[in-house]
Amino acid sequence: MAGTFLKKLKRGLFMTHTEFIEKVGETFQRSGPVAPEHIDRLEEALIAADAGVALSVRLADEIRGEVRAKRITTAEDLRPAVRRRLLELLSDADTGRRTSGTRPKITLVVGVNGTGKTTTVAKLAHRRIEAGSSVVLAAADTFRAAAVEQLKVWAERVGAPVVHQQEGADPAAVVYDAIAAAKSRNIDEVLIDTAGRLHTRANLMKELEKVKGIAAREVDGAPHEVLLVLDATTGSNGIEQAQQFGATAGVDGVVLTKLDGTAKGGVVLAIAGNLKLPVRWIGVGEGIDDLLPFDAEDFVDSLLDLKA
Amino acid sequence: MLEALQERLGRVTKTLRGEGHLTEYHVDTALREIRLALLEADVAVEVVTKFVARVRERALGGEVLTSVTPAQMVTKIVHDELVELLGGSTTELEFKGRPAVVMLVGLQGSGKTTTAAKMAKWIKEKKNLFPLLVPADTSRPAAREQLLVLGEQAKIPTVDTRDMDDPEEIARRALREASIKGYQVLIFDTAGRLHIDDELMDQLERLKEILKPKQILFVADAMTGQDAVRSARAYHQRLDITGVVLTKLDGDARGGAALSVREVVGRPIVFAGVGERLDGLEQFHPDRMAGRILGMGDVASLVERAQGVIDETKARKLEEKLRKNKFDLDDLRDQLKSLKKMGPLQSVMEMVPGMNKMMPKGGVTEGQERQLKRFSSCIDSMTPRERRHPQLLNGSRKRRIAKGSGTSVEEINRLLRQYGQMRKLMKRLGKADPKALKRQLGL
Repeated sequence: MAGTFLKKLKRGLFMTHTEFIEKVGETFQRSGPVAPEHIDRLEEALIAADAGVALSVRLADEIRGEVRAKRITTAEDLRPAVRRRLLELLSDADTGRRTSGTRPKITLVVGVNGTGKTTTVAKLAHRRIEAGSSVVLAAADTFRAAAVEQLKVWAERVGAPVVHQQEGADPAAVVYDAIAAAKSRNIDEVLIDTAGRLHTRANLMKELEKVKGIAAREVDGAPHEVLLVLDATTGSNGIEQAQQFGATAGVDGVVLTKLDGTAKGGVVLAIAGNLKLPVRWIGVGEGIDDLLPFDAEDFVDSLLDLKA
Repeated sequence: MLEALQERLGRVTKTLRGEGHLTEYHVDTALREIRLALLEADVAVEVVTKFVARVRERALGGEVLTSVTPAQMVTKIVHDELVELLGGSTTELEFKGRPAVVMLVGLQGSGKTTTAAKMAKWIKEKKNLFPLLVPADTSRPAAREQLLVLGEQAKIPTVDTRDMDDPEEIARRALREASIKGYQVLIFDTAGRLHIDDELMDQLERLKEILKPKQILFVADAMTGQDAVRSARAYHQRLDITGVVLTKLDGDARGGAALSVREVVGRPIVFAGVGERLDGLEQFHPDRMAGRILGMGDVASLVERAQGVIDETKARKLEEKLRKNKFDLDDLRDQLKSLKKMGPLQSVMEMVPGMNKMMPKGGVTEGQERQLKRFSSCIDSMTPRERRHPQLLNGSRKRRIAKGSGTSVEEINRLLRQYGQMRKLMKRLGKADPKALKRQLGL
């Protein structure tokens, strides 16, 4: 189990950082004094990893300061310094999970179109079922054509019941039904799949508020976790997404999907830095097992480690 | 669209404004800002570097005209280079062949299936051709159902491929069906796949072999960051794509991916996806996009959209009525309807020069849009006589209308008040210059 886990993480993260490494590797492996262009290259590599201009420039400036203060003298010391900073950034963002003993536990999954919400809901359900919980899925994406069918196919694969209505139905009503079903059948968790929506669409964001409101009315403290699904290929717009969904739905954590491609997903660093939002899960493939808990050390190490 | 970049370049040109001539120092100051702006807009690092170098060369390369100020000069150079980078002029897609096959490819979640349906509708309505939709995404659960539903909504024939699980077999069957039934364009929706997935990329190559597509369009999400260059390049190397569709441009993504993809692929961006409605697909206009980036507005796009929805004869009749001051609620309803057809108010407003600055960020326009919709339903609930003679509307009639339209008497009063104001305004316009009136109506 532990073996496959590591393999998967590595497979997932490997492509994420190969190019980053090509660029930074040279810088990090060099022995001898730090030259200004080493840090320039580091800055550029961070930008190229989608960490965002502001964060990359700030980080590079901090490193420059340390070099001036002679706390960093050789190029070899650059990597541990960057590593420490990135880890700090990620751990500062993680203020711990909200705990709740309430049953059923309600998890709301939100995001813009095409990030992989439905797949993530299925994978999450699979993990929870493996861990011995009973789960019901709420097909609250009533907008996209055949979204309900998609979730139903997944539900069958993972062996979880789905509560759904017809296309165009009120998502809040679906959520209400799902919670009622969970209560009457004594089910542990409700996972809610919502329609993709651009965070700039005020009326769709309002709809999300309503869904949340229904959950809160029906179960104490619900939703107990709100996960924002973010595509690893997303650039700086990920920050706006996190901000808007955070303001409307009260996002607790991020699921970073599609990390099995060449995208670096560096935008989560900016999100952690700006909004103090932690990453909870990473998606590394289309299989039902391809959702892994986010591990900051592994993420940063894989990003910076040449031998991974 | 690209608003942030627009703001930033606005600042740069402001600092250049009033300078008598352009020195190397000025140019480099501006270029640093432009470089940062482009990086913040998610343009790939390598593309930014090239772009900035080109602008610098031109700005210092003796192109400085004595007749213009430096600000205008740099703006012009940046504008020209942006247009160049975005692909020069608008590209018309060719659909020759029997059938002309259009293959849609791209990463998961970029919007291929939605684009397929939108494009079929566009081809049918704008090109008067008969398209056939082919769902061949056999990997995402219910992807084929999705396209079948969308095809039905768009009234486009769609092959039911749910009983088939081999995309190559689907391709052959679709070709047969198209040639038997005489469809002119075949739109082939493929499964999303990572550019590093060799097995699936091989499959695309085989599909290309079978379909011999006239167009292979790479569908890219406008929110993509630095990875855009990598995926686009890999797809292009494998498939020699002929064009790009940029989706989700109705969000607030800065859209730097447009520049990145365009630069590495060297093929035009042919369509822009704006919204989830089936008519949310527009031809991509590089010059207008660049103008938009520089804050010049996008009047041409707006005019084109308006032309699509305003019926020429109706407009003339309306003009006639206005001149005689006979504008009634029927006419107001027509106006509201055509406004609605132009798409979300937000995207219409964005195209008006200067409007993007006046518009509050975010929500308000959706409220306005809802208001217009409610007004429309008020009028819909009136009798034809009431529409022609609004003065008939007394308390009990208003209550009936409010009930029928799910609105309130207050709302109907508000509608009538606004209608009254409009009439007054139009009366004045009608008396004034007939040309001004025509302009107001967009004639």
